Amino acid sequence: MELKISIARKALRNASGQTRVVLHDVVFSLRQGEICALLGPSGCGKTTLLRIISGLDSDFEGRVLLPSPHKIGMVFQEPRLLPWRSVAENLRLVGASSENDLADIAAALHLSKHLDHFPGELSLGLARRVAIARAFAVKPDLLLLDEPFVSLDAALAACLGRELLALVLKRKATTLIVTHDVDEAISLAGRVIILSAAPGRLIADLTIETPRGALTAARAAKMKDAILSAMANPSS
Amino acid sequence: MLVLLWQLGSRIAATGTLPAPLAVLSVVGAEARTGVLFVNLAITLARVAASFVLAMVLGTALGVAMGRNKTVDRLCDPLLIVLLNLPALVVIVLAYIWVGLNEAAAIAAVVLNKLPNTAVTLREGTRALDKNLDEMARVFSLPFGTKVRHVVLPQLAPYFAAAMRSGLSLVWKIVLVVELLGRSNGVGFEIGIAFQLFDVTRLLAYALPFVGLMLVIETLIVQPVEQHVSRWRPPHGA
Repeated sequence: MELKISIARKALRNASGQTRVVLHDVVFSLRQGEICALLGPSGCGKTTLLRIISGLDSDFEGRVLLPSPHKIGMVFQEPRLLPWRSVAENLRLVGASSENDLADIAAALHLSKHLDHFPGELSLGLARRVAIARAFAVKPDLLLLDEPFVSLDAALAACLGRELLALVLKRKATTLIVTHDVDEAISLAGRVIILSAAPGRLIADLTIETPRGALTAARAAKMKDAILSAMANPSS
Repeated sequence: MLVLLWQLGSRIAATGTLPAPLAVLSVVGAEARTGVLFVNLAITLARVAASFVLAMVLGTALGVAMGRNKTVDRLCDPLLIVLLNLPALVVIVLAYIWVGLNEAAAIAAVVLNKLPNTAVTLREGTRALDKNLDEMARVFSLPFGTKVRHVVLPQLAPYFAAAMRSGLSLVWKIVLVVELLGRSNGVGFEIGIAFQLFDVTRLLAYALPFVGLMLVIETLIVQPVEQHVSRWRPPHGA
């Protein structure tokens, strides 16, 4: 599904009543099935942008166009599981359709042994995997992931990344991944959008032309240089 | 142990102040044989059940509404404070005078005594609802029923259990006072008669079976329910 975002201005008000502009002139659109990584220094409004797209925050100037009906799968920074329901129930509740699908997703994320556990019995890494499984389980056409692989070991992160790619290719889900890991962005995304430090403006929109998987180390390194230089010189 | 102390006490105390356990038991037996004991217990229990359920339902509704909506909270808060601090006796007597010496007045008086307590507890529970989980439910567009059942109610359950606990004990105390003041049956009424006759044996013969009944309800209903709703908690807090 196609996603059109045009945010003129988003301000947050803090407890003492002062307003702070967090996003400014952020305009882009994503094609169906496109995987886009969102990079930027911390505090630049990446999470706020995800909240706006997911409909959790509607207090902004501008608009977000999602075709309806649509199904959003989201991975928050924290797992946000229901602690009083087992892993399997957590997946079922959001609408994991058949038991087969549930078993497939659990197997893909190495969770089969943990389906009967309560979230309180899981390590943070496992809980994060359940949260990712939950986002997959709803069969989303829009996937929003807020630093989904942070605090996971590199091997597992790479493995989850592959699972994510497979799912997105199968489901044609439009995907937006917030990350601060440039390598992760290059390996997963077909497109990289970079926001400036607060207030977040769009400073670069790079497309990775090479077909996914055919990216050579040399081209990846070149891409990384391009991203890093864009982040270093936000004015250019 | 308790019974032994009681037996000892009855020997020391003046006759009539503390009867021996056996004497009380024989009165219990006599009342049970005629069926009067069971009728009175059943009547009192029915009043406890009716007013308890009403107070929990209405109190929960009010508490959740106050916890969710600031305007409702501001409007109802003074009333809640008055009800919380108003002596039970005042409510009971006013209910009997205004509504009449009938069942409705009796139940209403008990409900009004218990309701503010439930409302305050559930208001705290509603205020403490996890915003993160609410957002999760919104993003994944959970249906309203699913959200209430799987996201909201499990969070309110401990507050509900606390209100239930304190509620049951409060309701049964107040039901007896209500019966003593304005009903012509029930355990409270019988205790009132015993008081007029200064008959401690008869008083205990009614009080003890009721205490027993409450213990049974506590262990067979309240505790299992509490255990069920908190089964997901790791054993050592965490």
